[in-house]
Amino acid sequence: MVAVTRRRPTAPDAPSYSRADIEALSEKLKEPTWLRDSRLAAWELYEELPMPDRALEEWRRTDYRSLRWDEAGRMSASLDSRLTAIPAANREPLAGEEQGGFLAFINGEVVHSEAADSLSRQGIVFTDLSTACRLHEDLVRPNLMTRAVKPGEGKFAALHAALWTHGAFVYVPRGTAAELPIHIVMYNDQPGATLGHVLVIVEDGAQATVLVDYLSAQAQSQSVYVGATELLVGSGANLRYVSLQDWDRQMFEFSYQRARVGRDAALDWVIGTMGSRFVKSFIEVELDGTGANVQVSGMFFADKGQFFDLDTQQNHNAPLTTSNLLFKGAAKDTARSLWQGMIKSLPDMQKIDGFQACRNLVLSDEARMDAIPGLEIEADDVRCTHAATFGTLEEQPVFYLMSRGIPRDQAELMVAEGFFEELLERIPFERVQARLRASLEAKIIGSR
Amino acid sequence: MGAALEIRNLHVSVEGKPILRGVDLTVKQGEVHALMGPNGSGKSTLANVLLGNPAYEVTGGEIIFKGENILEQEPDVRSRAGLFLAFQYPVSIPGVTLANFLRLAINARLKAEDPESKGISIGDFRKLMRAKMDMLQMDHSFAGRYLNEGFSGGEKKRAEILQMAVLQPSVAILDETDSGLDIDALRIVSEGVNKLRGPGLGVLVITHYQRILNYIRPEFVHVMYNGRIVESGGPDLALRLEETGYDWVRERFEVVE
Ligand SMILES: Nc1ncnc2c1ncn2[C@@H]1O[C@H](COP(=O)(O)OP(=O)(O)O)[C@@H](O)[C@H]1O
Ligand SMILES: [Mg+2]
Repeated sequence: MVAVTRRRPTAPDAPSYSRADIEALSEKLKEPTWLRDSRLAAWELYEELPMPDRALEEWRRTDYRSLRWDEAGRMSASLDSRLTAIPAANREPLAGEEQGGFLAFINGEVVHSEAADSLSRQGIVFTDLSTACRLHEDLVRPNLMTRAVKPGEGKFAALHAALWTHGAFVYVPRGTAAELPIHIVMYNDQPGATLGHVLVIVEDGAQATVLVDYLSAQAQSQSVYVGATELLVGSGANLRYVSLQDWDRQMFEFSYQRARVGRDAALDWVIGTMGSRFVKSFIEVELDGTGANVQVSGMFFADKGQFFDLDTQQNHNAPLTTSNLLFKGAAKDTARSLWQGMIKSLPDMQKIDGFQACRNLVLSDEARMDAIPGLEIEADDVRCTHAATFGTLEEQPVFYLMSRGIPRDQAELMVAEGFFEELLERIPFERVQARLRASLEAKIIGSR
Repeated sequence: MGAALEIRNLHVSVEGKPILRGVDLTVKQGEVHALMGPNGSGKSTLANVLLGNPAYEVTGGEIIFKGENILEQEPDVRSRAGLFLAFQYPVSIPGVTLANFLRLAINARLKAEDPESKGISIGDFRKLMRAKMDMLQMDHSFAGRYLNEGFSGGEKKRAEILQMAVLQPSVAILDETDSGLDIDALRIVSEGVNKLRGPGLGVLVITHYQRILNYIRPEFVHVMYNGRIVESGGPDLALRLEETGYDWVRERFEVVE
């Protein structure tokens, strides 16, 4: 017998970016000084922070040591890609015949930017973030990574703030209802690193509907996406926000997504997670104003070797706030999923109603799903509840369908789709529902 | 006489507990049989096993349908061969509309016959659905509702018979289709079943009460108790049960174990 010494698990590798990379990027994007300075400040933070490893509670069950930065971390080159490289289903109008606002990126480069006249007439700004930083400093500078996602919250947040490659900017002025939906597509057809940002500002009493698609072509080598999403919803405003992720299976995604919701404002947020090899995503809502109301709906389906780690947090920072979070997920093959939820309240915030639930559908013996709800409430006139459930595909509905002549494969598919149906219906576009159903079907039938 | 469903010495357990203890029964196309018996005697178990519900384990005996032992067949194969069960407790399936579900069921039949089949056209299917829904006095909006989701007890039973009308089985088992129906609904549903009656259809009406048998008149009546058929006879047997209740069955056939 050879004696084996147990070593501490190796720490995750770090990428080999440098201050010079930040300067070069800022130069290439012809950025104003304030932006360059803010990137460099974030870089300082980045250098001080450790790569997160399993010693940190939030990363305790999360292992990304198979990420090879030398390959995945290479910045994607510009290739003069064309809009038509993006799959047609992701380019078609969300509803009706014409696009409202439509902004598309390939490998971090803008390939299409369009805002219907009606949007610009309403004073709505919808453009890529680099352009917005140059033309709308007054709107962007006070809000970019200062109020929602902050560079100091972690290594990847700091990296994003220092090195974001592209982004979308949506500004809906006070009292304005955006008539048409806004559609953003971030598509990659080259492996490597992209760091995308979405900043949505819906001012007091304004309304908007925004959908973001993340997807990439099948790749032979690893990629990494380090993203941030900031949703700023003013008093009495109303935002419907849908983000759907269907990266290829070589992608490692690290993302921070946070909404701040003002007095009597409403946010309806739907999140679909289908792609990637690895996902670590922080999804947080800050209910800042009295009477704020938030609904968060998450759908995820992990198959083959996928690993999804979704961290959600509902922070009730004001009285009379309501949050309702429901995640529904499935895992098959050897996939793993993890949901960690938290509802927090500041002390003495009364009349708070918070709900969080994660329902898990375990479709194979080797799949593993974990769901860990949590509450930290420091007030007493509150109603906060949580639930986590686990189940396999119910046999009796499958039998019912089969007893009418429908083959097992199809019967199982119908029952599994039924499981997601209540959340699919929360996507306000039937075409988008249809393509999500199709990707669920592909997963369910996939590796039979 | 048409092909038959033949149950021979059938033994069935659930979670190791014997429920059916040797059931023999033959239903031929063109015949209507009633299966009665007190709650818990095993009627629904028999119905489910005939369609191959995996919750039940067959420990002995045979089920012959159209000359073949179907015990090893999956439920969908049995259905496509012409067996139908109207469930006592139909499950609801969100996300699948009644119309889509029935179209899939029809197309599954067409595809099993001819893998190249394109399935029923939307136009033909609509016509078929409308005709059958009218026969059962169902509002057409039912077609667009999710399968059994939020249906009342009576609506579920009607939807079951609608499925039977659309799928046109050769042997149909109706498990307590009368329960949950008020007298008007019972009449409409029974008339619907009667319209489907004919030389090509055998029916096994499972019921607790004589009531439905005033509408769907059986030629044969069987009494199940404790997992066995303990008495068979003509329509008069049902009337006798109605008068005397099941106590005499319990007294005569109580198994001492
Ligand atoms: N799926 C099941 N799991 C456990 N026990 C069952 C199941 N189905 C039936 N049984 C049992 O089998 C017996 C017969 O039930 P059932 O077939 O429903 O009778 P009936 O339809 O005549 O009322 C009962 O004791 C019932 O509890
Ligand atoms: Mg029963």
